[in-house]
Amino acid sequence: MLAENHIIGSCVIERGTVFKDDSVLIENTGADLAEFLLSVYQHFPLNYPKFYKMDNLSKLGWLASEVLLKDSFQKDQYQPEEVGLVLANRNSSLDNDIKYFESAKDIASPSLFVYTLPNIVIGEICIRNNFKGEHGFYIQDQFDAGFIAGQVSYLLDNDILKACICGWVDVLDQEYKAALYLVEKNPADSSKPFSIKNINSIFETI
Amino acid sequence: MKNDVFVVADNVLSPIGKTTIENFDQLKKNISGVKKQHKPAISPRPFFASLFNEGDTNIEPGKTKFEQLLINSIADALQNSSIDPTDKNTILIISSTKGNISLLDTEEHTADLQKRIALSTSARIVAEHFGFINTPIIISNACISGVMGIITGMRLLRTGQYENAVVAGADVISSFILSGFESFQALSPQACRPFDKSRDGLNLGEGAATIILSTNEMHAGNIKVLGGSVSNDANHISGPSRTGQELSFAIDHSLKEAGLSTDDIDFISAHGTATPYNDEMEAKAINLSQLQSVPLNSLKGYYGHTLGAAGLIESIISIQSLKDGLLLPTPGYKESGVTQSVNVAADIKSIQAKNFLKTSSGFGGCNAAVIFGK
Repeated sequence: MLAENHIIGSCVIERGTVFKDDSVLIENTGADLAEFLLSVYQHFPLNYPKFYKMDNLSKLGWLASEVLLKDSFQKDQYQPEEVGLVLANRNSSLDNDIKYFESAKDIASPSLFVYTLPNIVIGEICIRNNFKGEHGFYIQDQFDAGFIAGQVSYLLDNDILKACICGWVDVLDQEYKAALYLVEKNPADSSKPFSIKNINSIFETI
Repeated sequence: MKNDVFVVADNVLSPIGKTTIENFDQLKKNISGVKKQHKPAISPRPFFASLFNEGDTNIEPGKTKFEQLLINSIADALQNSSIDPTDKNTILIISSTKGNISLLDTEEHTADLQKRIALSTSARIVAEHFGFINTPIIISNACISGVMGIITGMRLLRTGQYENAVVAGADVISSFILSGFESFQALSPQACRPFDKSRDGLNLGEGAATIILSTNEMHAGNIKVLGGSVSNDANHISGPSRTGQELSFAIDHSLKEAGLSTDDIDFISAHGTATPYNDEMEAKAINLSQLQSVPLNSLKGYYGHTLGAAGLIESIISIQSLKDGLLLPTPGYKESGVTQSVNVAADIKSIQAKNFLKTSSGFGGCNAAVIFGK
C-alpha cells in the first residue's frame, strides 16, 4: 500500500549540515544553533522578515521546508486544501517553553508564548505557502517512520491530500534535527517509493 | 474499507464530576465548574477558571497530576467496556497541549526534568499502568488535539490497523499557561460569555476525558463517529481566519465523509471560547457551511477551555445529549455578538437528535470538525 506514493524530495538538517536529496548544500559551519539557522537563512538567500520572530523550532522546520520545496514543488498545480503536513518530534516545544518560562518571571511575552506549541511550525509553513489542508503534530520518543508513513498514506490514498510534507523537526537547546519529505501520488524524476525503508535511510543520511 | 466506528464507552473527569453521567447530571442542573479562584501558585491575582480542588486527585507515587487524571479517566471508561488494553488490536491515543509543563514551576531544570516533562514519558507511564502493548500515539496540536485524537482513532480503525482505540486527553492549568493567556489578553475577568455581545475572553479549565472506539460489530447500535477533518487557516499563528472559510472547509469535508447533508445535523457543539475573534470566525464558518439555523451550544461556560481535553469533553457530553435528547444551553449567552447570526441555545431544551457536529480551532491556525451520529 505504501509504495503507491512517492518521495519527490527530502531535506535533512543536522549537525551544521544541510542536505537536499542526495547533495550537501551547506556543511558544518560550527556555529551555535541560532547563528547556524541565521546563516542558512542568509545562504540561500531567503527574504522573509517573519523568520526573525520565530523560535528555533519554527526556524529549523521552516528553513527545512524552504530547502525541500525550492525547485522541487509546483505548488500551482494544487489547491491550498490539497497540501498538508504530518510532523513529529521528541521534545515538543520545550526549547521555547523554557525560554518563555524564564521570561515570564519578569513579564510574560505573548510573542514567546505563542511558540509554546509544537504545531506552530506547521502554521508557519502553511502561512508561507498558503497550504490549508490536513495536518497534525505528533510526539514520539524516537522517529517512527511506520506511523508517519501510515498517516500520510491514509491522507493521500483517500484523496484527502494530493501532496504532503512529512517528517521530523526537533530542537532542544543545541541538539536539533530536521528531516522533511515531500510526498506525492505521482512519481517524478529521481523520486523514490514512499516506503519505510526509504524514509529511514534518508533520515539516517548524515 | 469504511468500517463503522462505534463509541463503546466514555468518561469525563472534571471539577464537577468523575464520570460522564455525574457530569451530565450536574450540567442538567446548570452547575458550572467556573468560579473565581484564589490560587497564588497559579496567579498572584484572583482569576476565573474551572479547577480541581487540592486533594481532588489522589496522586500515586511516581506519577504527576496530569498522568493521574489520564489514568483515572481511562480506568473509568475501560471499566464500562469489554475492551482489553493488553490486546494487540487496541491502541492508546493521548491528546494534550502542555502535559507536565507545570513541573517547570516546581522542579530544578535538569536534563532529567526535560525527559520527565516529555509527553512520551507520560504516555509510557499511562500505557504501562494498564498494560497497553502498542506504543501510544501522542497528539499535541494546540486546542484541536482532542478532536484530532478522535479523528486519528477513527482512521486507524477504518484501515483495520487496530480494532479498538482508547482516546484520552488532559491538561492541567499552571502559572505557565495562565500567564501566557493573560499576556495575550485572552482571559475574561468574569465567567466567559460565548457568542455574546459582551464577551471579553475565555476562562481556562482543567479536565480529562476518554472515549473508547471500536469497529467490533458487537457494538452495532451504539453511536458512531461518522467523519472528521482538519484544516489550516494559513493566515496567522495566533489569530483565527478572517473569513472562517477554512473551518467551513473542514465542516463540509466531515459532512461529505459522513455521507450527510446540512439538514441531517441536529445540533452543533461549537468551540465557542468567548474570545471576540474565535466566536466571530466560527459564526462565519457555520454560515458558510449553511448551518446557521442549526441549534448550537458552547460548553466553555461550564468547563472553561480545557485545551487538549476540550474536544473530548465536549464531544462526550454532546454524545450524552444525543442519547438523552437534551440540548444543553450556552452559559453566559444572552444577546448575539457575532456579525453573522448563529442559533445559539440559551436554555436547556428537549430535542430529537440523530447527528451532531463538533468543531474546534486553535493557535497555529488549526481547525477540526467531527460528526457523531446514531
